[in-house]
Amino acid sequence: MNETIRELLARVGGLPVAVTELEDAADLYAAGLSSFASVQLMLAIEEAFDIEFPDSLLNRKSFASISAIEQTVAQIVKAREAA
Amino acid sequence: MSLPAFAADMTLGARARRVAEVAAENADSVDQEARFPQEAVDAMRAERLLGIQVPISLGGEGASTQEIAEVCSILGQACAASAMVFAMHQIKVSSLVEHGGDSEWHRDFMRELCARQLLVASATTEGGIGGNLRNSICAIEIDGDICRLTKDATVISYGAHADVIMVTSRAHADAAPGDQVMTVFRKNQYTLEKTVDWDTLGMRGTCSDGFIFKGEAPAAQIFPKPFAEIAAQSMLASSHLLWSAVWYGIAADAVLRAQAFVRAAARKANGTTPPGALRLAETSNLLQLLKSNILSGLKAYEDAKAEPDQLSSMAFSIAMNNVKLASSETILTIINQAMIICGIMGYKNGTPYSLGRHLRDAHSAQLMISNDRILGNTSTMLLVQKPDTSLLG
Repeated sequence: MNETIRELLARVGGLPVAVTELEDAADLYAAGLSSFASVQLMLAIEEAFDIEFPDSLLNRKSFASISAIEQTVAQIVKAREAA
Repeated sequence: MSLPAFAADMTLGARARRVAEVAAENADSVDQEARFPQEAVDAMRAERLLGIQVPISLGGEGASTQEIAEVCSILGQACAASAMVFAMHQIKVSSLVEHGGDSEWHRDFMRELCARQLLVASATTEGGIGGNLRNSICAIEIDGDICRLTKDATVISYGAHADVIMVTSRAHADAAPGDQVMTVFRKNQYTLEKTVDWDTLGMRGTCSDGFIFKGEAPAAQIFPKPFAEIAAQSMLASSHLLWSAVWYGIAADAVLRAQAFVRAAARKANGTTPPGALRLAETSNLLQLLKSNILSGLKAYEDAKAEPDQLSSMAFSIAMNNVKLASSETILTIINQAMIICGIMGYKNGTPYSLGRHLRDAHSAQLMISNDRILGNTSTMLLVQKPDTSLLG
């Protein structure tokens, strides 16, 4: 999952730095992720993992770092499996 | 006569109305001369309105956003420029109250702001960023305990008249444009070199000149939280809501004038309904829509404050954007209708029904953060956001 997220981030994130240089916990907004790019990233992740982010998770915190995105996606996948 | 008869009514509403009286007296000269509404701001200080939002424990009155919005609306009915100065000051104070509480310097500063009734201005706009306040070109330089900043601020509303300016910048020399901080600078810590004059259609008294800002201050005056968080969690909502309250005030006064015009015509008309009466009914409907829209926005903000996640959610941002879009557009329709009702008496300056200043001031609303930019921002969020279609949710 980490790898897919990184690939998508590299494709739509528009970051001024190489994604390979970012640590999982690095603040993506500080790295230059714009709010427009963050929405593009959300769309790409929804498509790649066949999920939909509920409104409660559509906030700055859920997309603040690669590991935060991983947790957010994992949370949705787990909830779907439980259902 | 008993003593209490001499005591002034010290409720917030009564204090705001006393300031509004002063503001109304000077509104036309402030507008004509494009001068700072000094008398109204002096009256705000005399009524101690500048610190009302600060918590009681720090010397303020802990006024809610709803209460402050009411003051904005009362002032907006008298003089839109005075009301906008008050609103912009309170938007800056909201950043202090919501995000400065953990920092000793910012707590002390809030005490001082109340005690000395300091007027706070904002320098978020910068030449070259294209109006997006979430990007900065300038960067703050931190040198030990001291920070230094130079900014080509193309707009600082009442910059020359403020006691304090809060300035956004990149967090350090290597930071991305969106990695910003905000710093409080006191008057004796900066110089302003005027670059652009504020000679505008309306809102002439806000004196939003452009300046080269150069400041040096203790680094403790930098807000401890990233500006992105401040912008998302308090500035966006308080700006859209308090501006809307000012705009509501302008529109409400226009409707009042139109109603007075129709009433006067009805008295002379001997039992027939004057032609403007129907249009007045339509306008009153629009004014109520505008009011409901702002009130529901104020309630959403109070509710969301209890849950920080809610405050940074897309649903909340969209709701606040929608409040701004609707109020800035609706006031123009309302004031235009009022102008049609009052006819030439509304079009002329210096009559009891004059609406020229109202209409000109109201035209600023769509441009204070361009509605096109806000629509673009909302349309991006709508790509992923799932709406709550319940009536009460």
